[in-house]
Amino acid sequence: MTGRILLGLAGLVLLAFLAAPSAFAPLFQPFTRNNAPAIYTQTSLLSLTLSHLAIVAVAVAASTLVGLVLAVLVTRGAGREFLPLARTVTAVGQTFPPVAVLALAVPVMGFGTGPTLVALFLYGLLPVFENALAGLTGQTAQVTEAARGMGLTPRQRLWQIDLPLSLPLLLAGMRLTAVISLGTATIGSTVAARTLGEVIIAGLLSSNTAFVLQGGLVVGILAVLIHQGFQALERRIRGRMGLA
Amino acid sequence: MLLSPPGVLFALIGTAGLALPLVQFKPNRIVTGEGIGLHALPLGLPLAAALCGLLLATCLGRWPAALRLAAAVSGFVTVILSLGLAASHLTPEGNTIARVSPASGFWLLLLAFGLMLADAVGRLRPSLAMRWLMLAAALGLVAAILASGLLDGVSVMREYASRRDLFGREAQAHLMLAFGSLGAALLVGIPAGIAIFQAPRWRGPVLGVLNILQTIPSLALFGIMIPVFGWVAASLPGAARLGVAGIGVFPALVALFLYSLLPVVSNTLAGLSGVPAATRDAALGLGMTRPQVLAQVLVPLALPVLLAAVRIVLVQNIGLAVIAGLIGGGGFGTFVFQGLNQTAMDLVLLGALPTIALALVAGIALDLLIQAAHRGTP
Amino acid sequence: MIEIRNLSRLYDGLAVVDDVSLTVETGQLAVLVGTSGSGKTTLLRMINRLVQPSSGQVLIDGVDTATLPAHLLRRRIGYAIQGHGLFPHRSVAQNIATVPRLLGWPRRQIDARVDELLALFQLDPAAFRGRMPHQLSGGQAQRVGVARALAAKPDLLLMDEPFGALDPLIRAKAQDDLRQIQRQLGTTLILVTHDMTEAVDLGDRIAVMDGGKLLQYDAPARILTDPATPFVRDLIGTADRALRLLSLARVGDIAAPGQAEGPAIAPGASLRDALAECLWSGRDALPVEGGGIVTLNALRAKARPR
Repeated sequence: MTGRILLGLAGLVLLAFLAAPSAFAPLFQPFTRNNAPAIYTQTSLLSLTLSHLAIVAVAVAASTLVGLVLAVLVTRGAGREFLPLARTVTAVGQTFPPVAVLALAVPVMGFGTGPTLVALFLYGLLPVFENALAGLTGQTAQVTEAARGMGLTPRQRLWQIDLPLSLPLLLAGMRLTAVISLGTATIGSTVAARTLGEVIIAGLLSSNTAFVLQGGLVVGILAVLIHQGFQALERRIRGRMGLA
Repeated sequence: MLLSPPGVLFALIGTAGLALPLVQFKPNRIVTGEGIGLHALPLGLPLAAALCGLLLATCLGRWPAALRLAAAVSGFVTVILSLGLAASHLTPEGNTIARVSPASGFWLLLLAFGLMLADAVGRLRPSLAMRWLMLAAALGLVAAILASGLLDGVSVMREYASRRDLFGREAQAHLMLAFGSLGAALLVGIPAGIAIFQAPRWRGPVLGVLNILQTIPSLALFGIMIPVFGWVAASLPGAARLGVAGIGVFPALVALFLYSLLPVVSNTLAGLSGVPAATRDAALGLGMTRPQVLAQVLVPLALPVLLAAVRIVLVQNIGLAVIAGLIGGGGFGTFVFQGLNQTAMDLVLLGALPTIALALVAGIALDLLIQAAHRGTP
Repeated sequence: MIEIRNLSRLYDGLAVVDDVSLTVETGQLAVLVGTSGSGKTTLLRMINRLVQPSSGQVLIDGVDTATLPAHLLRRRIGYAIQGHGLFPHRSVAQNIATVPRLLGWPRRQIDARVDELLALFQLDPAAFRGRMPHQLSGGQAQRVGVARALAAKPDLLLMDEPFGALDPLIRAKAQDDLRQIQRQLGTTLILVTHDMTEAVDLGDRIAVMDGGKLLQYDAPARILTDPATPFVRDLIGTADRALRLLSLARVGDIAAPGQAEGPAIAPGASLRDALAECLWSGRDALPVEGGGIVTLNALRAKARPR
């Protein structure tokens, strides 16, 4: 309960800060030196936050869609031939550092939001795919048998049984992807993507800790809120199904 | 079935790669260059034909996995050697400014044979010992190709040649960052995990704090460490003499350490909690003391889960250590960000490729270790 | 009527079900019994084509099932399995409504059918409709599983070890209920079990299988008194077959005119119960409710093969 109140409070503080950053200047003043500005004003923090969230949302949506479709494809019909390959690629792919993926996207995509989106999408594919795969293949034999025995066609089994039952795991994959993307997107600002990383990097370049802190805090609070939001959703669905 | 569907996919990717330019020739390292296909090189046509044949052959029928593996490895090596060939052929004699860098065709071909390799290994289901052997062979092969000088004309290797000493230092720094933070996290995290295993009251708060620590974006955590250590160096007598400073390796090391704590602590707890109560009761019933139960029963049984934490942390830290390059902490990130600043993509590759290779090898090696540990405790 | 003709299933050249033929009359309850690996489950699963037969035919009311698309066939045949296989993400009502919904029944008819079935299985519709499967006890989940199988009023119900996951007390009650409901609805039922007692208690006909072959297909009394092979005899066990035989017949069937002392026994009680009562109360004859008596001699005569 206290956790939920704290979360709500953090969310409110975040909203207030984004709406009127200058009101928080006294809080950040101690972290500046030589009368440097306490609040980043080059671009509005609100618009950076929205752009940051939009990049993450697009990347997560794309990874979820593609990851889920791939997971469905490799678990039925001719696609099953690709299952061992898909498992290996996911395991190996997840060892690729997100920063390196981002750096490698630049030669192909140039600077800007593009390479960040692509890197986040590619990196986000793996957790979603892995979890969707686990969800789609993890049904108990009894449920599968009952569904088949009652005359559900393969397509009906997919839509009515397999997909709904793998929803909690899929959400867990999306949660992982969203949280990783939120953090990695900040690094996108090194390749000129419009994210909150801009604030942090400005702070690093001008040795202004106040900037580093406010950029980091906004992303951190967003990450906690998104993490908790997904978890609450997962818990509700799991609870309905009587899973732990 | 007459066709192997994965084989068809690899062939499609590979032939697309053959159609696209293999390399890019640039008069100097900054300007954009022109793409040159494999077929336009001397010896290029037979090489392209060989690769094409390999790709088509593997999509026909059902080859035994071992044969597929051989085909994938030979294709992989051929593609890399073609790159070296292109570089040495295209670079004018004595010219040190011109650059020949891998282009889309090269990466696609590499991807095609890489996937073929992964597929073959997956189907082969090699034993544990065999997989160690394969890892060693792959490392040996890469080392041999690099040492042979065949690739010396390629842009990345030229960047390397011009900063050989620096590369060595940054590699050391990168390894120090990744392994140093891991070691520190194990030293602190395992006792902490054991402590909260025995004092359940503390589980919520400890894991909660570590969880929140993990959500702070890496870039910000690295940044915050700079003033913190600057302050420590300035106000704590003797700290500066020990090498503590606001810039350099210390802030990066501590940031990585903080990120590593959650996996180590939570996996220690999970590993210990995963030991069945009956096993613990049996150990106590046999007359073991609590420390003996911990040392002789719980820890050995929790080992695979602990090793999984080591894998997570090591792979994660090898990647995150790149960010140290942004705050002057050293490591391969130095090349990545220098390259991004100068839009010199060869320099970016010089930082990114070793990082990926390092993470890959660490991930595979630890996977093998985890499997070995699992065999010890079924 | 279900006719199974020369049905076989091969796996890697080995026959798991080997040339089995049998007929189940409409409204009968047939039990397939055998040890694990006997082929009984495979035989059952070939009836709704969860397993494709290697050769042979299954005819339902004269129609070869191979001529129907498998999923349409299965919607006509009820199917209940051990551990019930309820869909964990769907409520009790939604689980029961699965096949009617697939068949496109109107909403109100489905709702009415769900309530009707819940009432039939003694589950209060108002309380159970909205419950999720994990909120049910083992016995309740099993009943919902059978209700789901019966939802679309199938002419044929297949059950694979439906009571396997229940503890003995609940199992006895569930068996009684099933027998009663099956009689009431007139559904043809084929049930797989490894438990000979269950087979004798429930079956109109028992098919004993071993090694993929059908050893004997007969009424329970014939199986007990005249086992076709030594294997069948071992499976029924020789120690208490006299008692099992007695449990097949009812007191009302052998009541004879006469007078006897003491409390009366119900005509629906089994002869086994009557014998127990005779021995326990030290009487040679018991009065039957509604007239007549049953004597120890008559019971003794019934406990021997003829």
